[in-house]
Amino acid sequence: MIKKMLLSAFLSLFIIAMFCRIASAEPPVDITVSAAISLKNAFEEIGKIYESQNKGIKVMFNFGASGDLMMQIKGGAPVDVFASAALKDMDELDNAGFVLKDTRVNFATNSLVLITPMSSKIALVSFDDLKKAEVKKIAVGNPKTVPVGRYTEETFQYFKVSDMIKEKLVFAENVRQVLDYVARGEVDAGVVYSTDAMVKQQEVRIVVTTPEASHKPVVYPIAVVKSTKNEKAAKAFLSLVTSEEGRKILSKYGFKTAGQSK
Amino acid sequence: MDTLLFSLKLSLQVATVATVFVVIIGLCTSYLLARRNFPGKELLDILLTLPLVLPPTVTGYYLIVLFGRNGLLGRHLYAWTGWSIMFTWYAAVLASFVVALPLMVKTTRAALESVDEELIRASYTLGHSEFRTAMKVIFPLAKRGIFAGTVLSFARAMGEFGATLMVAGNIPGRTNTMPLAIYSAAASGDRPQAVIMVVIFTLISGIFLYAANKLTRRLI
Repeated sequence: MIKKMLLSAFLSLFIIAMFCRIASAEPPVDITVSAAISLKNAFEEIGKIYESQNKGIKVMFNFGASGDLMMQIKGGAPVDVFASAALKDMDELDNAGFVLKDTRVNFATNSLVLITPMSSKIALVSFDDLKKAEVKKIAVGNPKTVPVGRYTEETFQYFKVSDMIKEKLVFAENVRQVLDYVARGEVDAGVVYSTDAMVKQQEVRIVVTTPEASHKPVVYPIAVVKSTKNEKAAKAFLSLVTSEEGRKILSKYGFKTAGQSK
Repeated sequence: MDTLLFSLKLSLQVATVATVFVVIIGLCTSYLLARRNFPGKELLDILLTLPLVLPPTVTGYYLIVLFGRNGLLGRHLYAWTGWSIMFTWYAAVLASFVVALPLMVKTTRAALESVDEELIRASYTLGHSEFRTAMKVIFPLAKRGIFAGTVLSFARAMGEFGATLMVAGNIPGRTNTMPLAIYSAAASGDRPQAVIMVVIFTLISGIFLYAANKLTRRLI
């Protein structure tokens, strides 16, 4: 009888104590950053620094094609920061009122390269060579949703090869998929950012870098999303990206940042 | 409009071809599983059922490992013919085949196993060969299950997306089956296009199911 009473008293105290702990515990703060997949390596490193500088805040990354990410935010996805590989996707969100205008800033630029599998035996030295019969498949980003796909389209038009290679194009859902197709030898050539080619240096060979005149400049804007619930933490992430430290990391991965000539 | 017509035609084409293969190979395999014992039987059953349980992207990945240009099997095909199945509509057929086969095998095997053993033995005692018994006794008695399996397989093949996207890619005018085309339209914010395709796909699926039910009642 006594044992039963003691046991129930103990249990009740335990449960009450647990309740108090849960009720008073701080909800963990985390921010979600939707970023163009070409920023993956650089942003993951920046994210680690951010977490060590801001104890208690976790950064969740959502990488993908800028167009897909933009559609997610438009559809109400709970994202705090958005960084895209083109002005177009950011403009669309900006015009629709989804970002905090005064946080928007361009933080990096990139260049486009034509790549081929390291194991490929086809002699490719220019965009013109894509017309060769031995080149059967060319991987490009889907122009509808992937910025690199649009830049590629512009480049193909600049070199006047669009019509002749149309049948050879294989569309990928984001730039890293283009890179993967080339690295695995599934295609004979592909167009990615120079920063992506760096990530798989052993498996792909850069044929040529596109001249600046061949496509719109590859500019990366970043902004805080209006619906953010952690404006302070989100702005802190932006500051880190545009800071000296952030720029150093971006340069390490091959991006050009404002204020540095490379 | 072009995308819609092309992707609809392609989906029907891919699903039909895949289902033909599924039925042929499915019938043979489920017969073996239902009526024979051999070493590795349960392993075979598991391997065949895996695509049912695995997410289509995992199945797609295995297909790339096997049939990609540098894949275990694909590299030999490429070396001999200079041709790769990747990014062609045949790859879409392959993907649909692999994911639909388990449905056929599972339903058919169950149907075959439920055929009255007495009737089968009677057929043998009357002097018929195994082949004749299978064709004239076993399969006809299991035809409801077989038909159900076929309908399920066709439906699954029509709706295949994940594995198809990985091996056939999403190339407008060449490999964009309707599920892929709908995904593209939705992802790029082209709502009118997406809505039209979704409605048509639903109608076609509905009509197909109605026809299948009617046929079941009449023939079987």
